[in-house]
Amino acid sequence: MNRIALVPVGDFDRRLAQRLCAPLAAEFAADCRLLPQSLDPQSAFHPERQQYHSTELLAGLQPFADGMNWRVIGLAAVDLYIPILTFVFGEAQMGGPCAVVSTHRLRQECYGLPTDPELLFTRAVKEAVHELGHTLGLTHCDDYECAMASSHSVEWIDLKGISLCTHCRSSAKPQTIANTR
Amino acid sequence: MSNNGSHAKGRLLIVDDELSVRDSLGKWFTEEGYEVFTAENAGDALTRMAERRYDLALLDIKMRGTDGVELQRRIHEIDPEMVTVMMTGYASVETAVAALKNGAYDYVTKPLDPEDVSHLVRNAISHRRARMENLRLRNTMDEVVRPPDLVGNSALMQKLRDAIDTVAPTDATVLITGESGTGKEVIARSIHAHSPRRYHPLVAIHCGALTETLLESELFGHEKGAFTGAQFRKLGKFELAEGGTVFLDEIGDISLKTQTDLLRVLQEREITRVGGNQPIRVDFRCVAATNKPLEALIEEGKFRPDLYYRLNVFRVEAPPLRDRRDDIPALVDHFVRKFSLAMNKRITRVAPAAMTRLQQHEWPGNVRELENAVERAMVVAQEPELREQDFSLDLNSVLANGAGGGRSLDDVERAHILRVLEECGGNQTRAAEVLGVDRVTLHNKLKRYGWSRPQPVGAGSKQ
Repeated sequence: MNRIALVPVGDFDRRLAQRLCAPLAAEFAADCRLLPQSLDPQSAFHPERQQYHSTELLAGLQPFADGMNWRVIGLAAVDLYIPILTFVFGEAQMGGPCAVVSTHRLRQECYGLPTDPELLFTRAVKEAVHELGHTLGLTHCDDYECAMASSHSVEWIDLKGISLCTHCRSSAKPQTIANTR
Repeated sequence: MSNNGSHAKGRLLIVDDELSVRDSLGKWFTEEGYEVFTAENAGDALTRMAERRYDLALLDIKMRGTDGVELQRRIHEIDPEMVTVMMTGYASVETAVAALKNGAYDYVTKPLDPEDVSHLVRNAISHRRARMENLRLRNTMDEVVRPPDLVGNSALMQKLRDAIDTVAPTDATVLITGESGTGKEVIARSIHAHSPRRYHPLVAIHCGALTETLLESELFGHEKGAFTGAQFRKLGKFELAEGGTVFLDEIGDISLKTQTDLLRVLQEREITRVGGNQPIRVDFRCVAATNKPLEALIEEGKFRPDLYYRLNVFRVEAPPLRDRRDDIPALVDHFVRKFSLAMNKRITRVAPAAMTRLQQHEWPGNVRELENAVERAMVVAQEPELREQDFSLDLNSVLANGAGGGRSLDDVERAHILRVLEECGGNQTRAAEVLGVDRVTLHNKLKRYGWSRPQPVGAGSKQ
């Protein structure tokens, strides 16, 4: 069975990471495990922007993509960016093994609202499924309820579901998702 | 539904001299579902543009060598429909605004907000596709909305075409005069088809066929309950023609009351529906036609001179067929082809004797009469030829050599009228008095005889 490895970035909440295993395993019909190691993000830190370069984090995750792990996803609580954009919720190697997501802008506190751990969890699942979808070669989907729908704000993330639509499931690289539903 | 692999979202060209920008933005747009190409300088970008078409180019303003503003100018020289979006730092917003004035679609400041740039690119591509679709449809429409055929190459027809070419692109009101059957409506349709309003409707109304109240209701529409039987609101011809042309045929037949209402519409470009009290703005071009001498009707107090001046901005004269006999073979050929298709009959030629006979005929009913004659002949004709005996032409109306040479009542009447007119020095009003008929009747008879003042006959002159 394919294995998805979850790698905490810095001091990411391990309990939240552990909760993500079940829905990701179900969505991709894979074994999903939280690794004991974590990735130090300091080399990706940009002092002027006070953000972390997601592409560099992906490079840091690459060694985890060994023969044991089919897909590797880094889980970060820090704010991510790529040079040309103000921020990203996550980044993935298109068709490659690694992805990273950040919960920084998924938190309600980021928008001056009260903490909502359940909402944070749901959003984190959606973004993790979304970035893993990219690693399967999927681009953004026009179905706004599909997890692969383009979402550049939490409002759009809240609108979509945690699963891939039928079309995206069938478009994903063969042998990657068992036809479980 | 996903766009995976189809690149239906569009093809982008990202031009930036920073590798990290090209890579990160390129990858990000690829995830968005776009097909992405990158270039590191202006020369590279222009080479890529020569290789394939792009929906949109994202151009960095500050680049080594040729900058983004100059590149944008060059891109628009190559492909005016290409959408360009400028990327700039806060320090060069003014330069970006200058690029907008040169035709750039928009600009974004670095670093880009993902949601903003996503919407911007999506909207810009939709905009470009709508424009391309519009262009394509216009080309298709040009194929479909062909101007009606103005058949014949005589000097009079050439003059008529020149007049149409002159007036069609303008918004000027046109008055088409000419005998019945000379093709005034065809001329009106040709003016409309050559005008910028051609994609909007041409709405024709035959004023002479309707009573005063019915005509008003047709022209201006009516409100529900405006009169007995007005169960629904009805839009008038001026509203239906929104953006297009209104063709008012037989304008000489409308009542003085309707003339007053029509004058107001032409002046104010507003109508009020019958039974309504709300003025409604209307956008139309007016083309009117008459086979009556409006000048004579004005003298008799039957036509408002102010309306006449409003209509007679540009005048086009539809020549009678007898003045352009050289066009008869082309017209016959045109009608033979038309009815061959309609009747599914294979008539391929007209016997020379028949054609000679057709060219000698007087054709008081003009092209319409010729069309009917050809249609009748086509019914009885044996394939593949139209012969002289297939036409049932009135012998008395065949052109005689020398006016007044025949013995029919028509010939005698014509000779008498022309003699009286000559005695009156060509003054029609005086001749009408001597003959005991009104001026309109005399004018119509003279028209039918083909009599004309000693002045050029034919197509339009600016008033």
